[in-house]
Amino acid sequence: MKTFNEDTIAAISTPAGESGISIVRLSGKDALNIAKKIFKPLKDKKLEEAASFSTHFGFIVDPKNKEIIDEVIVGVMRAPSTYTREDIVELNCHGGPVPVRRTLELLLEGGARLAEPGEFTKRAFLNGRIDLAQAEAVIDVIKARTEEGLKAAVSQLKGNLSNKIKELAGALTGACVMIEANIEFPEEEIETTDLNGVKKNLINILKEINRLVATAESGKLLREGVKAAIVGRPNVGKSSLLNELLEEERAIVTHIPGTTRDIIEETINIEGIAFVLTDTAGIRASNDFVEKKGIERSLKSLEEADLLLVMFDGSTGLSKEDYEIMNLAAGKKVIIVVNKTDLKQKIDAAKTFKDKKAVNISIKNKTGLSQLKKAMVQAVREKSPAGRENIIITNTRHKHLLQKAGVAVERAIDSIKKGMSEEFPAVDIREALDHIGEITGRVSTDDILNKIFSNFCIGK
Amino acid sequence: MKNEHLLKYEKIYDVIVVGAGHAGAEAALAVARLGLKALLFTINLDNIAQMSCNPAIGGLAKGHLVKEIDALGGEMGRVTDKSGIQFRMLNTKKGPAVHSLRAQCDKKIYQNEMKRVLEEQEGLDVKQGIIEKILVKNNTAYGVVTHMGMAYIAKAVIITPGTFLNGLIHIGEASFPGGRNGELSAEKLSFCLKELGFEIGRLKTGTNPRVNRNTIDFSKTKPVAGDDVLIPFSADTDELKMPQIACFMVYTNEDTNEIIRKNIHRSPLYAGKIKGVGPRYCPSIEDKVIRFPEKTRHQIFIEPEGLNTLEMYLNGLSSSLPEDVQLQFLRSIPAMKNVEIMRPAYAIEYDYCPPYQLKHTLETKKIANLYFAGQINGTSGYEEAAAQGLIAGINAALKVKNAPEFILTRFDAYIGVLIDDLVTKGTAEPYRMFTSRAEYRLLLRQDNADLRLTEKAKDLGLITGERFKKYSEKKLLIAEKLKELKKTFIFPDEAGAKFFKENKSSKKLEKISLAEVLKRPEIKYGDFEKILQDKDKMTNRVYREAVEQAEIQIKYEGYISRQVKQIEKAVKNEDVKIPPEINYKKVHGLSAEAVEKFSKIKPESLGQAQRISGIAPTDVSAVMIYLKKIYYLKEEK
Repeated sequence: MKTFNEDTIAAISTPAGESGISIVRLSGKDALNIAKKIFKPLKDKKLEEAASFSTHFGFIVDPKNKEIIDEVIVGVMRAPSTYTREDIVELNCHGGPVPVRRTLELLLEGGARLAEPGEFTKRAFLNGRIDLAQAEAVIDVIKARTEEGLKAAVSQLKGNLSNKIKELAGALTGACVMIEANIEFPEEEIETTDLNGVKKNLINILKEINRLVATAESGKLLREGVKAAIVGRPNVGKSSLLNELLEEERAIVTHIPGTTRDIIEETINIEGIAFVLTDTAGIRASNDFVEKKGIERSLKSLEEADLLLVMFDGSTGLSKEDYEIMNLAAGKKVIIVVNKTDLKQKIDAAKTFKDKKAVNISIKNKTGLSQLKKAMVQAVREKSPAGRENIIITNTRHKHLLQKAGVAVERAIDSIKKGMSEEFPAVDIREALDHIGEITGRVSTDDILNKIFSNFCIGK
Repeated sequence: MKNEHLLKYEKIYDVIVVGAGHAGAEAALAVARLGLKALLFTINLDNIAQMSCNPAIGGLAKGHLVKEIDALGGEMGRVTDKSGIQFRMLNTKKGPAVHSLRAQCDKKIYQNEMKRVLEEQEGLDVKQGIIEKILVKNNTAYGVVTHMGMAYIAKAVIITPGTFLNGLIHIGEASFPGGRNGELSAEKLSFCLKELGFEIGRLKTGTNPRVNRNTIDFSKTKPVAGDDVLIPFSADTDELKMPQIACFMVYTNEDTNEIIRKNIHRSPLYAGKIKGVGPRYCPSIEDKVIRFPEKTRHQIFIEPEGLNTLEMYLNGLSSSLPEDVQLQFLRSIPAMKNVEIMRPAYAIEYDYCPPYQLKHTLETKKIANLYFAGQINGTSGYEEAAAQGLIAGINAALKVKNAPEFILTRFDAYIGVLIDDLVTKGTAEPYRMFTSRAEYRLLLRQDNADLRLTEKAKDLGLITGERFKKYSEKKLLIAEKLKELKKTFIFPDEAGAKFFKENKSSKKLEKISLAEVLKRPEIKYGDFEKILQDKDKMTNRVYREAVEQAEIQIKYEGYISRQVKQIEKAVKNEDVKIPPEINYKKVHGLSAEAVEKFSKIKPESLGQAQRISGIAPTDVSAVMIYLKKIYYLKEEK
């Protein structure tokens, strides 16, 4: 395998700051030569002769003044069975920032170039070890905020998404092959399926595309966290709820309605899902200028939220304002939170809003909070119709391409329904293939013709 | 052989064409018609424009090519019309974009007709001779040398040797050099190309057995007739005058398959004797039997080679099995129980130059003023060859005249698709045209080849005033017809109701234009006959063709405009030219494979870059970003 990158790159691969161990990584054809210059093995073994996947104990020594920088374990991995498909050397230093930085500096002096962010992954991609979707997933793994996000990224990294996309591309190619064979060889006795068969396949493909696109929403939630806004009229306990969920006093809680005038945003982790909670000003008609501003912002965060926790005061009954807030929340994922259940109850939210999930809590008595957390997690999971393989689209580019492909497939189905002949749906199937090809690589006309030649006995 | 001692022919030519097959004939004619002095060489004057394989022109996608050649003032369509003995429009059950015309031809009449045209062409000399050497100085071709040692000097040279380039024929265990069975092969020319530094590959093709008509029992065949209404290839043909005859169909059977299976070890291909790569779309009968064992029968078309011969061509039986096996399996078919073979089927291996060594003008990248066309570029098919010959001829002439080059793009024509595919992707097997290779298939129809290309041909000077007058008339008529259809209405009255009832179409409550009605799948233009009263006019070809265009443009408007949009998008990438001096190793983010391929093929534009096989969308983006950076930096300076 020829690799394109001529130079050798180096970088500190562990997070900055103090830790038990820090790893400095080298990748490229000179990785061993460069490492050799600064590594003095304890035993008299030559690093350049080290076997792949072997480790070596020794010291980092500054070649200029023979000063010992750190005591290290060096791992050698030889091309092509490495992450980048190039020779890789990993120097496991002690975690202090100084020796690690010095080690890196020595490597750079020795001929390595400082890697750009993500460059190791880029090389893995460029050297053909992983495809584009996988490369994008690596970035997601690195940036994943939560375990669920990590799981989705890791699954993508394993190639689950790529396999799924390949499956889709394969199915579309299959449809193309049937259609094109029919067009190109009118005088041959090809065992043709009628267009209805192709149509059925396309309908299934479309379902699959739509399912994947639908997962994108939860994919985004997993990656970026779920924006959950706590809304309600003043003094129903929104700030108290935020504090309770954060298990700290972040918001100022008073008994005076309208105390919260700014939006407070905090991230919490519930069962591996990140919720970005916003506490909002109570929504009501107000003449106070500052409060009015606060309410405007509340409305905005209500609009932007992925999930609304609509709070009512169970002891007062539903007011006109409460109904108005429910109207504002129309079309949103909503959990109704009825607070103050320690007092005498005047409403039964579960009955009033039958189709909505409702949880009764009492912040004062600290009851119902775990049910609320469960409901929040459930609300997010409901949004992810992940199928059997649990593939979730986490990348916006993928989502858009799939959406475009879906539109094209829909048009192809429509053409067949209208009784158009093969070359018309073919335009749209090819377009769908082009879009999907942008994710993992193109399907060319030659691929289609190759399939025709191998599937059908053609030729006079 | 030192050049300075050569005997030099006194006349100096503008362009010399080596090989008078379908490519060479079009090339030489184009050069001469552009007003230059041309010389055409053939190994054998009696075999000019020979149909070495099946005696037919056109067919799926190939018919498109012939129409385009005709629109550009080429000869193939006219000669086919003069020699065609069975015309059929294929795929008529499908939409107009994939209709394709095919004509069985009288092989001898075709040859004689083309020979006459060449001989009569002003500015063109036709000579018999084997070319052994291309003269090159300063990486520029300036002539050729014959096997007799005579040097002919010209400003440009076009090489169109077909299967003659180091041809090697195989029939069973026997193999011998030859360009066609019974003819010489051009060996030294291939050696010369290698010496000039061209990469040479090896391909294989095959042809079918010819048998005597009188030894076939036609009662056991199914006749296949031509069309009732004959449509010619050429815009210049007013009437097809040749008598029209039938072809016949038979099937192989399990016995045939068994005979082939039992003798497969005697096939040079299966014995590993043939090294060249054969076309998968045109497999030999032994390939079909071995690769598709579940198929119990294969169809065979029996096609006459001409009106004045009893030789019949057995389409579907290409083979390299020994003659005795061929006879045995032929006789297993009931209609051919007593058949006599006149010429056995054979396979032929020949040299080609992988075509990524060419520019879009078909000039070689390595040697200036040297052009290749036809099978030397890895293609198969008379039509593919003729199309390239025409383009090579035009461009050689333009280069000699110091005029801008003539390139058809994938948006213009199948010819553009063909050449772009060749120079962009190369080819590892004999390349033939398919409609699916044209991404803008709905626009590049055989019915509108004239609308797409006539004006270009006029600008070049390849079509005459008379022809252009006809074309302009048609264009005008189309515009008028479109207007008429949009401005003529069916009203919600009694006549309107009657119209919709008669045509089983749902009626409307308000007035509706004919154009709108025509968009309905169940309505054809012919249904408006009573309203438009143009039955008489339909006998006029130009009127009929204008109506056809108007009907297609209206009926498929949605699809057509979508493809137009696709083109608009794609053209942007074509317009981003890549400077030839670009160093791909410096382009950040390219895969190793992309660097290698880009460096070898040297794409001329981003659009071409993205069509190279194995190139990922990200590679193209990387080049684009690189170009932008350079451009940006230059602008800043």
